[in-house]
Amino acid sequence: MEKPFAITLDVGSSLANKTGSWRTYRPVYVDRLPPCNHACPAGENIQGWLFHAESGDYEQAWRALVQDNPMPAVMGRVCYHPCESSCNRGNLDQSVGINAVERFLGDQAIRLGWSFDPPASDSGKQVLVVGAGPSGLSAAYHLARLGHRVTIHEAGPMAGGMMRFGIPKYRLPRAVLEAEIQRILDLGVTLRLNTKVANIEETMREGQFDAAFLAVGAHIAKRAYIPAGEAAHLLDAMQVLRGMEGEEQPLLGRRVVVYGGGNTALDVARTAKRLGATDSIIVYRRTREKMPAHDFEVEEALQEGILIKWLSTIKNMSDEGTLTVEKMALDEKGFPQPTGEVETLEADSLVLALGQDVDLSLLNDVPGLEIRDGVVQVGENMMTGRPGIFAGGDMVPSERTVTVAIGHGKKAARHIDAWLRGVVHEPAPKHDLATPERLNTWYYDDAPKQVQPTLDLIRRQSTFDEVVGGLDEGNALFEARRCLSCGNCFECDNCYGVCPDNAIVKLGPGLRFAVNYDYCKGCGICNAECPCGAIVMVPEAI
Amino acid sequence: MTASIVKFYQTGTHTVGNRLLDPSQRSVQADMRRTNSLNSGHRACQGCGEALGARYAIDAAMMATDNQLIAANATGCLEVFSTPYPETSWQIPWIHSLFGNTAAVATGIAAALRVKGRQDVRVVAQGGDGGTTDIGFGCLSGMFERNDDVLYICYDNEAYMNTGVQRSSATPGAARTATTPAVGTEPGNVFGQGKNLPLIAMAHEIPYVATAIVSELRDLEAKVKRAMEIRGARYIHVFVPCPLGWGTNSWDTIRIARLAKETGIFPVIEAEHGELTGVSKIRRQLPVEDYLKPQKRFAHLFAPVLNTAAIDRIQALADRNIRRFGLIDATTGMGD
Ligand SMILES: Cc1cc2nc3c(=O)[nH]c(=O)nc-3n(C[C@H](O)[C@H](O)[C@H](O)COP(=O)(O)OP(=O)(O)OC[C@H]3O[C@@H](n4cnc5c(N)ncnc54)[C@H](O)[C@@H]3O)c2cc1C
Ligand SMILES: Cc1ncc(C[n+]2csc(CCOP(=O)(O)OP(=O)(O)O)c2C)c(N)n1
Ligand code: SF4
Ligand code: SF4
Ligand SMILES: [Mg+2]
Repeated sequence: MEKPFAITLDVGSSLANKTGSWRTYRPVYVDRLPPCNHACPAGENIQGWLFHAESGDYEQAWRALVQDNPMPAVMGRVCYHPCESSCNRGNLDQSVGINAVERFLGDQAIRLGWSFDPPASDSGKQVLVVGAGPSGLSAAYHLARLGHRVTIHEAGPMAGGMMRFGIPKYRLPRAVLEAEIQRILDLGVTLRLNTKVANIEETMREGQFDAAFLAVGAHIAKRAYIPAGEAAHLLDAMQVLRGMEGEEQPLLGRRVVVYGGGNTALDVARTAKRLGATDSIIVYRRTREKMPAHDFEVEEALQEGILIKWLSTIKNMSDEGTLTVEKMALDEKGFPQPTGEVETLEADSLVLALGQDVDLSLLNDVPGLEIRDGVVQVGENMMTGRPGIFAGGDMVPSERTVTVAIGHGKKAARHIDAWLRGVVHEPAPKHDLATPERLNTWYYDDAPKQVQPTLDLIRRQSTFDEVVGGLDEGNALFEARRCLSCGNCFECDNCYGVCPDNAIVKLGPGLRFAVNYDYCKGCGICNAECPCGAIVMVPEAI
Repeated sequence: MTASIVKFYQTGTHTVGNRLLDPSQRSVQADMRRTNSLNSGHRACQGCGEALGARYAIDAAMMATDNQLIAANATGCLEVFSTPYPETSWQIPWIHSLFGNTAAVATGIAAALRVKGRQDVRVVAQGGDGGTTDIGFGCLSGMFERNDDVLYICYDNEAYMNTGVQRSSATPGAARTATTPAVGTEPGNVFGQGKNLPLIAMAHEIPYVATAIVSELRDLEAKVKRAMEIRGARYIHVFVPCPLGWGTNSWDTIRIARLAKETGIFPVIEAEHGELTGVSKIRRQLPVEDYLKPQKRFAHLFAPVLNTAAIDRIQALADRNIRRFGLIDATTGMGD
């Protein structure tokens, strides 16, 4: 071709110049483990389901959630949400209200009748689950979804374990609990009520079970020796709370004293108030700071007019119901020591809420079992010393929460599944943690945490109506969108925008981005400006 | 500020795009079909703010003009790194003028288009701070004074970078350059010299003047778009950190720009016909040290001895900007 004056070469594009050769570090996209996921005892992919909730796709969010936890409406009410305590957003304004969004999704699923995907296959294997508390139900759910045939033997007249016979209705309405249990049973899980397992080896043999998961909880109330008159009305917390599920409500009288400092003590005292007690008093031997109960529960109880006597022990109870209470003082090590100073307290009934022990009688004469501190020891795979028998929840060493119990059920189910197939389940390696300094928080705006409504005080003192209300769709969406998406690309387009070399390729909605290493010079702006820390700079092998 | 605030609770408007935003609310840079006016393979340094600022501005201009755009480009890094003969990174009609006459060349293109009746085709002139505030100043002032139908964009990296970091009339006080070494009793560039081109442009009372910064993409794009809605002489002054000349980390380019704004060092403003019409407020005010410290050109202010007098002087200049342009809301003490 004829070229203009002084031009000897054809016009070329700078694409011929592969500037990637300048690079000493290369940006690589990663997924980091968000601290919320890391903290969740049930192993939920919280950031993952919030991602869908942020788009308003609540069903997809719910489906992602129930991959790990089949009971979001229950969890959204009773979980102590360690996820929120470790949420990175807490460093900016307030943590994301994960628990409230979870509850919203759970309630939405019940309202709209969403059901689980049926099992894809049938392994033909029979698995026995002992106990229909959260741990047993969770294991049953995961085993059923993995294609196994599951039968639950439950000693009690109804399923739910402590979710039904412990946690009061004003925190967990029974319709919610029933809906989530029924959805699990609808997967084809067989539930035998009023079927107490007395001897596990025998039951397994008779039912020809290939494996078993034990989750019998901890139901035997601990007693403290308190000298009491014959006629003194002395009960334990389990009796009272279990009684609430029966035909006749327990008779506690107008002046009720509860002895203990855990969540159970609070639940009993609050229940007594609702049953008409004028005085509902908790006696606890240590201070508020040392109380194992959660602060928000103490707060709610105080609002309802529960009185708490700190640093006090009960010495005895007379026939007429007079309690002798001794004042305690903390020593240098923080232990309560008696002071000799006493006072009296009038009570129509005294309820002991001093914790529970595990009834291990079904395990008598099982070889190879190790029992320490009153609980069954299990390995990393949740298997007891007896091959094929797994255990979880309150009966093994644990924090004794619904969430931990559900997490155990999931973990055990995965190992049982592997064990039945004669392989070893290898959990996927965990990603590096998305720590706060990985984030570029400039890009996030302040947004206040959405507040859940609470019932008025009068109704909280006289009815068992639910105390804490749920978010509506508007503020649930707002709350979900407060998530920073720690360590996981949320398609904000920053890397694509800030590269001076057009070396980031946008792959389209849902497909994230890729680096064009032909031109990436390795300046690292994409990494520096990624809000959520989803990029890492890796040295080039030069 | 020209960019409208999108009430979006996860990230506000601060990110380039976001999967949850309506496409019309995302930036041009978030668009998979953006022009990439300045394409890959250019030879700008790692993390060059000028390359970034130029793509931001020209892509936005292309979007605003339906791709009917011609650019004239002064000599300087932007020209040299984009067009080593016979290659070009430009994916738009583009012409290299001389170092000092790009405003005049653009005026000529605009005149030719008028004669040909092609008013749909718009003209941009662009150059560095040297080409704009120093050698090209006469041509530019003429273009303003005649109200020629050109948008002039200055990419201000505060020195002559292409020839090895010499001082320009946009170099700030105390900055070390090749011609203002950090020696003597008043090391670095002399205080009290130089010129403020956005204010000079405003004094010409041309239809539109704005400043912008690479850390505020949406604001920058909105200003280019606004400029393209107007006929006559328009001027946008874009603050573009230069890792090589300033001695900053290549990955800190946007952070440094952000710090320039948050400290009040670089006011982000907008004016029509000589009147100030908008300012982008400081979001979280920071002391000037935060801006100065990461830059080697200011290293002599911190070691071997702390030069408080010079730092105070720079702080006073930033404070003056804040007062003069109202960069901090008097009532809340905060920006947006
Ligand atoms: C009053 C109270 C309030 C609580 N509140 C909360 C809370 O708000 N949040 C929280 O996270 N945790 C709470 N917890 C703790 C939580 O309820 C337990 O950690 C959790 O329920 C343990 O689950 P699990 O499945 O191991 O046992 P459980 O829930 O105790 O279930 C065990 C089941 O096994 C059955 N069973 C027992 N023995 C046999 C047998 N031999 N054969 C067949 N079936 C048998 C029982 O009838 C029961 O249904 C609370 C506990 C109490 C007591
Ligand atoms: C008339 C003339 N004098 C000097 C030069 C050499 N020269 C080329 S680019 C440049 C400096 C450019 O500085 P600036 O305009 O700030 O752009 P930057 O490279 O910093 O982006 C100089 C002095 C020239 N090309 N023409
Ligand atoms: S901001 Fe989101 S991803 Fe990060 S810890 Fe909180 S809930 Fe998890
Ligand atoms: S010297 Fe500065 S302006 Fe020039 S290419 Fe390098 S970083 Fe960009
Ligand atoms: Mg320059």
